[in-house]
Amino acid sequence: MSVLFLEFQEGRTGKNACPTRKMHMTANWTIDGVKEALAAKKISARELAADFYKRIESRNPELNAYLTLSTERARRQTDKIDGLVAGAKPLPPLAGVPVAVKDVIGTRGIKTTCGSKILENYVPPYDATAVERLEAAGAVILGKTNCDEFAMGSSNENSAYGPVKNPLAQDRVPGGSSGGSAAVVAAGLAVASLGTDTGGSIRQPGSFCGVPAMMGSYGRVSRYGLIAFASSLDRIGPFATSVKDVAAILQVIAGRDPHDSTSTTAPVPDYRAELEKPVKGLRLGIPKEYFGEGMDAGVRKKIETGIDLFKMLGCQLVDIRMPHTDYAIATYYIIATAEASSNLARYDGVRYGLRVDDDSLLAMYRKTRGAGFGAEVKRRIVLGTYVLSAGYYDAYYLKGQKVRSLIAQDFRDAFTKVDAILTPTSPVPPFKLGERTADPLQMYLADIYTVTGSLAGVPGISVPCGKIDGKLPVGLQIFGAPFGEARVLQLARAFEQAGGAAV
Amino acid sequence: MKISREDVLRVAELAYLELSEGELEMYRAQIDEILEYIGKLNELDTAKVEPMAQVLSDDQTADATLREDLIVPCAVAEDVLKHAPDAEPPYFRVPKVIER
Repeated sequence: MSVLFLEFQEGRTGKNACPTRKMHMTANWTIDGVKEALAAKKISARELAADFYKRIESRNPELNAYLTLSTERARRQTDKIDGLVAGAKPLPPLAGVPVAVKDVIGTRGIKTTCGSKILENYVPPYDATAVERLEAAGAVILGKTNCDEFAMGSSNENSAYGPVKNPLAQDRVPGGSSGGSAAVVAAGLAVASLGTDTGGSIRQPGSFCGVPAMMGSYGRVSRYGLIAFASSLDRIGPFATSVKDVAAILQVIAGRDPHDSTSTTAPVPDYRAELEKPVKGLRLGIPKEYFGEGMDAGVRKKIETGIDLFKMLGCQLVDIRMPHTDYAIATYYIIATAEASSNLARYDGVRYGLRVDDDSLLAMYRKTRGAGFGAEVKRRIVLGTYVLSAGYYDAYYLKGQKVRSLIAQDFRDAFTKVDAILTPTSPVPPFKLGERTADPLQMYLADIYTVTGSLAGVPGISVPCGKIDGKLPVGLQIFGAPFGEARVLQLARAFEQAGGAAV
Repeated sequence: MKISREDVLRVAELAYLELSEGELEMYRAQIDEILEYIGKLNELDTAKVEPMAQVLSDDQTADATLREDLIVPCAVAEDVLKHAPDAEPPYFRVPKVIER
């Protein structure tokens, strides 16, 4: 970090330095704000990035949210943007916007560890499509964010590089697995970020850090370059400080990519144009199964107040049933671990990453994998291999796939009656670091409200819905029908505009 | 008990995963508890339910299945080998596989 970073700072303090730099240091930047400031020449893209790096330098040692800073690449990009401004050329939609990328998403030439020792020195030879699209739209990638190892976890405590602290309550976890991506946005260390969601890994940290966080439909955003955990579930999506900015990022990364055969050909609507449409009269489903036992009383109160707000906005609330909700955790932990055990077979010490030497090939595999993977990853490989193994495949994996059909059917049935579904994002507010690490099953159970949408492939957002005792953030989740991102964003925007974050 | 020590050993062998004694017992106990929980799926009669491997239908990714079979240059071999644990371009080097 230091050498390149200092060079970067030097550039900023040169003769073109912005005279009103102090003002920018404390400003809450939005995508539109950045674009206006650049166009009006109030600040250069390079100065803006340098300001963010300065904040990162001061806050990151305590938060541990960034693992790697990509200062050189950021500088190349800011030079390009500043060149456009100087030449009075049109600015692309994310011109100069400082963003962060979760460390399971590949970045050419920038170390991508997946929060794992086994990829400690891995430098991808290509960019993920989402990264390529962000940069083509003018965004400046500041660095890579901490996460649970291979995105397996709900608290960011499974990172080989130490946990991230929740910027809103530093004795608490930021959620996971995209804890770093949520924390950097919440702490003002990036204007927006990319995370990934397999069972709740975007939405739950968004909820815990009090920022909007979106998972599009399965197939909406290309997974090319996303280092795979569970391929039928993994999705890339944005964090930002407003729903409008979440929409702007999704707009850029969404759409068909020939490099990912599961990315769809469905057209991408103009999300920001759809945002302002009125929500009056929309039917919102409240599934009874998401409001049972096990929900924290403080969370319940905030969510109920949030739902009332939608009523005041003229939406019609509809009681619905989603009878297979209670089976979602069991189903998810069969399917996700089975797919993980297969995907993680590639870490064998041959082509990339760690190798622990031995005289025989098989012993080299065993030792490399034994030493390179952390506890949660090994646990899931063992469980996933077991549920796929001869004699257990039908009882577990096939059974899980069948129940997945039933859970998807619950959603299809619901969307014949309602336009969207409202639920809490997490049954609990951010918990204390270390509080839940001893019992993996208890950690898994906290994913109850998010894994359903993952299994069904539908889009979902978590929007801030007040803070318990003014301190611990609560997130309200909105599910939409497949490829109904515009509707989800529109509702989230209306909720945010109506003061949802302060209920 | 759903899973035995021998089961964990067998699975670790299948997954080429070296586990310490401590890990072996810890995972056995934890996975036993998880499988116990997963057992609740047996409350559901799924005899007539189709398994779901993925959520998209073929028509949603149509051009993927119908694309032309073209050769596209990739040219990352040098970069890839540069970061390999043990490379002798254009090869990856591994411990001896075939015993004589």
